[in-house]
Amino acid sequence: MSDAHEHAADHSGGHDHPPHLAHHFETPEQQMESGKLGMWVFLATEILMFGGLFCAYAVYRGNHPDVFLFAHQFLDTKWGAINTAVLLASSFTMAWGVRAAQLGQKRLLVTMLALTLLGGLGFMTIKSVEYTGKHAHGLWVGPVNAFYQSGGVLANADNFKEADKYLDKKKAEKYGKTGGHGDHDHGHGDGAHDADHSEGEHHTEAHADDHGEDAHAQAEAEPADEATPDPEAEIVLTNIVPTQIARPAASQGGVISGLIQNPVRGVEGGRSLYTGVGAAQATHQGSHYPDYDELAARDKLTTSTFFQIYYVMTGLHGIHVVIGMALIGWILWMSGGPWTKALVGPVASIAFAGFLVFVGFLTEGFPAWLVVSIGLSVVIGFAAGVLNVVKLGSFSAGAFSPEYYTPVDLVGLYWHLVDLIWIFLFPLLYLIH
Amino acid sequence: MSHAAAPETQDDHDDHGSHGHHVVPLSLLFGIFMVLMFLTVVTVAVTRLDFGYEMNLIVAMAIALVKAVFVGLYFMHLRWDAPLNGFILVVSLLFVTLFITFSLIDTAQYAPAQEAAAIRTVAP
Repeated sequence: MSDAHEHAADHSGGHDHPPHLAHHFETPEQQMESGKLGMWVFLATEILMFGGLFCAYAVYRGNHPDVFLFAHQFLDTKWGAINTAVLLASSFTMAWGVRAAQLGQKRLLVTMLALTLLGGLGFMTIKSVEYTGKHAHGLWVGPVNAFYQSGGVLANADNFKEADKYLDKKKAEKYGKTGGHGDHDHGHGDGAHDADHSEGEHHTEAHADDHGEDAHAQAEAEPADEATPDPEAEIVLTNIVPTQIARPAASQGGVISGLIQNPVRGVEGGRSLYTGVGAAQATHQGSHYPDYDELAARDKLTTSTFFQIYYVMTGLHGIHVVIGMALIGWILWMSGGPWTKALVGPVASIAFAGFLVFVGFLTEGFPAWLVVSIGLSVVIGFAAGVLNVVKLGSFSAGAFSPEYYTPVDLVGLYWHLVDLIWIFLFPLLYLIH
Repeated sequence: MSHAAAPETQDDHDDHGSHGHHVVPLSLLFGIFMVLMFLTVVTVAVTRLDFGYEMNLIVAMAIALVKAVFVGLYFMHLRWDAPLNGFILVVSLLFVTLFITFSLIDTAQYAPAQEAAAIRTVAP
């Protein structure tokens, strides 16, 4: 290695041998092609890694299509779509940045990289809004999830109620204040889910009378009538759990013949959520939570898995966004002149402090570690800024030129891959119909 | 020193525009960006239409695939790159497809048994 460096140093004087050309390459062209090839091989391994998660998704969705229909309603299509746009825009500015590097437009390159970085920050900010929102409504990962079952019983009744109210609110926003449950009056037949999106508004007008329970969308503590369990009611043991045929197809195939005769039955030892809910009610009749009640027993058992998959897939993707942002920050530092170099670190540090403040407001709490982190980020940012400006003269000019911009190109490829994965994640998780 | 050679090399690049140093016109980049944004709007809008559970999934995936092809060809320069890079991408996707397909075939085989087991845990 040191040998190569000596050679490079020797060569740079006499021969027309650019300093960025490593010893083992014939031409800069060959060097760049090799770098790109290596990057593509790495991106292939990234795709294979995400492939494992997409496989988990496919297997789970294949086995529990109804869970996806039900659980995806908790995700915010609006935020997902905005995030898609943000990531696409940052992909565009990145591609523009590569073009600027190719043409030697150094200032434009710095601008584009800064904008790309801003896009990444915007994406992560929105992701934080979504994650903290889910967490606040009992939809966090693992055993605290609202739908987590232990021994056939919901383990977190409070979270379940919280998630229930959250879904009501979302539906009220989506379909208008009075049109809350577009799907209250079906759930027995195959078309159960069709009305969910497209017919929500029709229900408001056509079946206004049938929808006494819609008031739950607005009023939380409404007295319960017979058909409408009160969401605020005490949770009691009623020893009834609805057991439906899990998959009609399976029973029709004669696999579970015994259940064809008894499609619905109560079982001892379970727990129902609302006072006075009987078997019939629990299996649908005007229960407060029709979407969930409609699910077959085996689907209920694994509903929380949807959120595991959601968090792992978007979480790994989010880690990639953060890594991509770090790489872009590095490239930005490399490509900038003295002033850019002096400011990248401090600005990033203070932006991070701002992000932490934002997280504090989101989670409605500033624990000591958060306050310390915010303070440290600000102090470090300002101190580094002052120090950097003082020794401004020691920073070199931008490193990239039309002859050598491989790092910009490769980081760009990484960023586009992150975008590419989100292009698939967005419809798979947020847009299920 | 080495910078003296810069203009020369640049000319060289212009001559070999199709060799991986291809500079994508800004108008094309912007056009692709607009197409991607448009397709995002389409994929959200199309969710409101009902083609059936599976058909909606297929439509959404088809749109995502078109978007991915645009990103790959233009933003990632695959259209002008050495074909080997695109080949690596396609092969990796092929293996992911293979992986998922076989997993799905396998899980479909076990599905009835799993259903029976799942029901039994609730109704012993």
